[in-house]
Amino acid sequence: MLKKTPLYEDHVKAEGKMVDFGGWLMPVQYSGIMDEHHAVRNGLGVFDISHMGEVFISGPGAKAYLNGLLTNNVERIAPGECQYTFLLNEKGGIIDDLLVYQTGPEAYLLVVNASKIEEDVAWMQAQLPAEGVVFENRSDDFAGLAVQGPRAAQLFDKFFEGKYSRPARNEIITVQVGNAEILIARTGYTGEDGFELFFPAGYASRVWNELLSAGAEFGIKPCGLGARDTLRLEMCYPLNGSDLSGEHTPLEAGMSIFVDLAKPAFMGRDVLAAQKAEGVKRRLVPFKMVGKSPPPRSHYPVYKNGEQVGETCSGSLSPSLGVGIGMAYLPTAIARANEEVEIDIRGRRFPATIEKKPLHRKN
Amino acid sequence: MNVPENLKYAESHEWANVEDGNARIGITDHAQSELSDVVYVELPKVGDKVEAKQAVAVVESVKAASDIYSPLSGTIIEVNSELDGNPALVNSDAFGAGWLFVVSVDNPGELDGLLSAEEYTRQIS
Repeated sequence: MLKKTPLYEDHVKAEGKMVDFGGWLMPVQYSGIMDEHHAVRNGLGVFDISHMGEVFISGPGAKAYLNGLLTNNVERIAPGECQYTFLLNEKGGIIDDLLVYQTGPEAYLLVVNASKIEEDVAWMQAQLPAEGVVFENRSDDFAGLAVQGPRAAQLFDKFFEGKYSRPARNEIITVQVGNAEILIARTGYTGEDGFELFFPAGYASRVWNELLSAGAEFGIKPCGLGARDTLRLEMCYPLNGSDLSGEHTPLEAGMSIFVDLAKPAFMGRDVLAAQKAEGVKRRLVPFKMVGKSPPPRSHYPVYKNGEQVGETCSGSLSPSLGVGIGMAYLPTAIARANEEVEIDIRGRRFPATIEKKPLHRKN
Repeated sequence: MNVPENLKYAESHEWANVEDGNARIGITDHAQSELSDVVYVELPKVGDKVEAKQAVAVVESVKAASDIYSPLSGTIIEVNSELDGNPALVNSDAFGAGWLFVVSVDNPGELDGLLSAEEYTRQIS
């Protein structure tokens, strides 16, 4: 039985094409992936992210608990701020990548991947101290929306009529809409300006529809998981399950700035410290196809000088660039910009170059 | 959804327009709508021998690569080279300019195994 978000009926009404996404019945697209992608790059789009998990952690021991659990240093953020971080297994492999929002002096919201809610929660609860930390998994009764695009700030101002000022990049505020308390963060997964809203599921349909009508003058479009994927891939934001897994560490994923090895202890720290000392053997890098080729997909072999050196983990046509793009873990010696490789697509090899992040840059 | 009366259909969403012993093949309006945004088409080569229900072409949307099956056995005698520069023709004119290839009909008996417009409409509704 596939899970539905509180917006399921609204998606069907908006002619969203519903597909199974990790056990969730989610819209992959409405008007079309290209159209929605360009709407977000040039105007405004709104995504249902209610499938994602919301875990609230609070209490006098919350900060120490999170710092022992996650790779980034929670000391670096203050109430109203957030950071990107990783939850690792004992081997330093990635269980999940997530955002930690500090919502109060001793209160945090963790937003985790939908397909990882159960695993994350079980792993985090197994390490709960006897006292001092309140752990609430509210994933089932929380909705989430992402409003993304260069016109997002205009929509915010119109929506709140000056009653609230916009949170700054990577900041989070709490607002009141009717009876609903809504957490609004200036974050996203598209590379555009935007806001992510988290609030009790009962208000989902109302908030979704109010955003769509208020956003009409800015050309807002409902956007599905298809555009979410092409937008994030152009920015080289990794997707757990494709680019991240228990087999890879954040250092291999090129995410060392979100790992604080100066912290005395956190799950997986010693493995990462040793790996850093030795140097990583493989690294996740973005690539771009050269010339005309079919779009790359995941699990296509990557060749260098006639030898297979790895395989792709993500791949798509880039709607902004008009060429195939992707990411792959490659041996460190060739995991650098301008290296030439070949991608095997159905038995034929097509040239590609390793690129710097991000693949898409604003003009 | 548009399903022209004069064509034959495969359950795998290809159409066949049979004329003078040859069949022009494409994908249906329903199929292009399901795929959306076709960005690349890989076609067979003229002269290739193909079997019915054999994967002979690939249509790629932004999201995924989909195999296209020849509804009939025969030899590929023409391919739509326009799609090389303009794969979106598959979306904009699935039953016309977005055709994929022409195959000789070596075994006319296979035509009886294809669906009528009415039967195909039932399948997709």
